[in-house]
Amino acid sequence: MLAKRIISCLDIKNGRTVKGTNFINLQDAGDPVELGAFYAQQGADELVFLDITATIEKRKTLSELVNKMAHHVNIPFTVGGGIQSVEDVNLLLQNGADKISINSAAFKNPSLISELVKEFGSQCVVLAIDTKKEDDGNWYVYLNGGRTKTGMFCFDWAKKAINLGAGEILLTSMNHDGTKNGFAIEITKLLSENLPVPVIASGGAGNMNHFTEVFKDASADAALAAGTFHFKEITIPDLKKYLSQQNIAVRL
Amino acid sequence: MKIAIIKYNAGNIQSVLYALERIGHTALVTDDPDEIKTSDKVIFPGVGEASTAMHYLKGKKLDHLIKSLTQPVLGICLGMQLLCKYSEENDTACLGIFNETVKYFKADNMLTKIPQIGWNKIYNLKSNLFSNVSEKSYCYFVHGYYVSARMHTIATTDYIHPYSSGLQKDNFYGVQFHPEKSADTGEMILRNFLAL
Repeated sequence: MLAKRIISCLDIKNGRTVKGTNFINLQDAGDPVELGAFYAQQGADELVFLDITATIEKRKTLSELVNKMAHHVNIPFTVGGGIQSVEDVNLLLQNGADKISINSAAFKNPSLISELVKEFGSQCVVLAIDTKKEDDGNWYVYLNGGRTKTGMFCFDWAKKAINLGAGEILLTSMNHDGTKNGFAIEITKLLSENLPVPVIASGGAGNMNHFTEVFKDASADAALAAGTFHFKEITIPDLKKYLSQQNIAVRL
Repeated sequence: MKIAIIKYNAGNIQSVLYALERIGHTALVTDDPDEIKTSDKVIFPGVGEASTAMHYLKGKKLDHLIKSLTQPVLGICLGMQLLCKYSEENDTACLGIFNETVKYFKADNMLTKIPQIGWNKIYNLKSNLFSNVSEKSYCYFVHGYYVSARMHTIATTDYIHPYSSGLQKDNFYGVQFHPEKSADTGEMILRNFLAL
């Protein structure tokens, strides 16, 4: 049986991990390579590196970082943030990234998805969606790191992107992100139970039971967290042991 | 020990090289027939699409070369599938080392995603390739096509139904999962291959 995946997400700026971490065992918690290798050793099933650098030098820095990562990390990893083109993706994959995630650029130019799929295959194209439930009860797609609202419903955009070949959906609920009150069960369930590709739930993890809920009640294929792992509020070995006791298939 | 990783138009080749480096080996990523022939071990990796890959291999005359190899050869993911006889993926005739057909998974319900992406168990382990690897160890898979479990099966995995996650015939080995991305278990399998 395919295990439910636990994914640790690291935000990268200028080649360094941002958001403070309090790992005492690490020489340098700001070094994404060391932190990534640490999570791999802890039993994370995948890593996501999200580049939030906003300089023109970023591509070079990022691809060098990805190359180091690929040398040191023995589990799959996805790289996202600011990817605009086939060339951007080629550089990251050449340097050893397993998958890339695209967000705003894909929304503005959906044919980017089909171009990437044609060139590199669905398996490495993850569509990241930031979504927010509005007062009208609908979940809308947001762009540019959540700053720009669109009129598109989350489900419709996910479906369209999958038709274009996206191989996975990384779904972040802006209503839940950072709250530590649990994942967005409703929208995660809608997508994962009605779309043919894996859905990674993101945003809201605060305790171990939140992971049980998103796997059992929302049928998520994977769950992603950042701060809650970085600040050791939950450790991955404890989480996996707990999920296993809840009869959820996880890799121990 | 000389290790060749066959270079062709498939993704993921660097990952295999880096994984070997992590366990203390260097390898040559090459499509040079002489280099491949004179290597002690040959790895045939791959993420991609079958017909495009076969077309490229034929163009470089690597198809005959691979079939003629007598040292241990390890096909990974698409590499393993290309060692079979035929793939349903774009109706592709493959190398025919394993007399098997590569078929597309059919989902039994909406919760079964295709391709299979993630960690799944390998069991019924029947080869030195899996020395010191426990039954039901988890490995990392990414694939929409599969090979049924039959006579050359040396590892089995369940997804929708049981299928071959490992194959072996003579000096040819194949694994459907990615040992280069399968944490400690994958590293052990790579070490075992190099020790064959």
